[in-house]
Amino acid sequence: METMPREQLRAVQDERLRDVVRRCYENVPFYRDKMQKLGITPKDIRGVCDIELLPFTDKQDLRDNYPFGMFAVPNSEIVRIHASSGTTGKPTVAGYTSGDIDRWAELMARALYCANVGKNDVVQVAYGYGLFTGGLGAHYGAERVGASTIPISGGNTVRQLMLMEDFGSTTLMCTPSYALNIAEAVEKEGIDLKRLKLKSGIFGAEPWTEEMRKHIEEKLGIDALNVYGLSEVMGPGVSMECMAKNGMHIWEDHFLPEVIGEDGKSLPYGQQGDLTFTTLTKHGMPLIRYRTHDLCTLTDEPCACGRTHVRMGRIMGRSDDMLIIRGVNVFPSQIEHALMQVEGVSPQYHIVVDRQGNLDTVEVQVEMKPEMMSDTVKDMEALSAKLHASIAAHALVNAKVKLCQPGTLPRTDGKAKRVTDKRKL
Amino acid sequence: MYVKQISVFIENTPGRLASFTKLLGDNKIDLVSLSVADTTNFGILRGIVADYERAVQLISENGYTVKLTDVLAVKVPDTPGGLAHVLEVLAENNIVVEYLYSFVRSAGNHALIIFRVDQLEEAEKVLEKAGVQMLSQQEVRGL
Repeated sequence: METMPREQLRAVQDERLRDVVRRCYENVPFYRDKMQKLGITPKDIRGVCDIELLPFTDKQDLRDNYPFGMFAVPNSEIVRIHASSGTTGKPTVAGYTSGDIDRWAELMARALYCANVGKNDVVQVAYGYGLFTGGLGAHYGAERVGASTIPISGGNTVRQLMLMEDFGSTTLMCTPSYALNIAEAVEKEGIDLKRLKLKSGIFGAEPWTEEMRKHIEEKLGIDALNVYGLSEVMGPGVSMECMAKNGMHIWEDHFLPEVIGEDGKSLPYGQQGDLTFTTLTKHGMPLIRYRTHDLCTLTDEPCACGRTHVRMGRIMGRSDDMLIIRGVNVFPSQIEHALMQVEGVSPQYHIVVDRQGNLDTVEVQVEMKPEMMSDTVKDMEALSAKLHASIAAHALVNAKVKLCQPGTLPRTDGKAKRVTDKRKL
Repeated sequence: MYVKQISVFIENTPGRLASFTKLLGDNKIDLVSLSVADTTNFGILRGIVADYERAVQLISENGYTVKLTDVLAVKVPDTPGGLAHVLEVLAENNIVVEYLYSFVRSAGNHALIIFRVDQLEEAEKVLEKAGVQMLSQQEVRGL
């Protein structure tokens, strides 16, 4: 499948696109309404050539249909539910049938094969396990290739290093920033790389740079490869780099990618725009033209590895205001929502994201209002703690809260500046 | 007989306290009593001024967050054990002192001390009963 000539691949996509459009139309009221408003029926979609007739899907649509309104099968068919942070309050939900879970494992296995991981390997999965798709997605793929899979999850670096050495891990899967952390811990602990069997790393869930790759590769003596995915579309394994390290192959027999320009038109290969996916084989929650808001380019130029599937370049930014903090998606609106949950709190806030060592830090600065003021330190500290807890609960980040004097937060042309990202990527 | 205290939020950044006190100075507002509670990130400047209405207006118009709190201005005999006596009365009545600070000026052979307590009315009652004198807002204006 991965080396299929592109014309044949297109024929597979045409057939699968017709199928997913029909399934969406028949089973998801949201899509039926949208298509009826556009005056189209599944019969109008002959194949990929008609993709631009179809409506877009945005995160807001998922939110409007929270929790299960986007599912295309009865809930009895859903065997797993994942969720990632939404733009405000409620998370973004993804439902999977057992067939979806099986295909996900298969695609993640493809990703692992790209890194030459097989049954003789020991894969240390240091992505977080839970509602986040990283941990379980990587886990199922690693088991599918037959590797010995260690579900260690994220954090506790000392333990990571101990098991890495004792169990002879050959592949590390985690966020690139955590990989850097591990690399530096190896150096600090004075662990001789000869004692480790690590040969590759599969890193994703947050943007990183070529410089970071070089750094990790040198410190750990491995090949560091980039993996991409998002829970709405599936999870990790939507695309994956091969050993050519020159862009991530998108598994086009399952995901139809487009890059959309500012005018909403599909752009030709090579031009940067908003990466958009139509899921061709998902049954639980199929999505048509889902806007990821990740900015990148696509190329169909032949790859040295022989795989024919298009490659996406590194994510160059976002077309919305989403921040990725330690692999967690955070929208300023979520922080705002969290602050407003605490009575009397000012809507004037400023988020400062920075990186200390290899870990992202977040400071939320909130302007004082008379209602927030107290003459005792005890009350003011309780207020800070309340804000901290609300942000942790609603936006899933551990933020430092700083109370500020009114009028001191940055404004440009009178408009509040919500985010300062000091991380250099 | 309560006295109004102003509490102002001051960020822990160099120059912030200076510019605030300059604002008061330029507008001829005299702090007759002052204390600053500090944390890592911010400070709470608490003080007593003669004309608190004008002070609050000026301070909030200049973009500061300010709050008024009722406190007790207690005349404590300026002798060893004077303060201990007042605190004992409060403790015997289970009144918690959140903080206290003294006036810049004293009144004859008495020290003037600001008490912020958790039960204001109760504190006033028990102190009066124990013969402890307190200043009224009017008396503060005359200082």
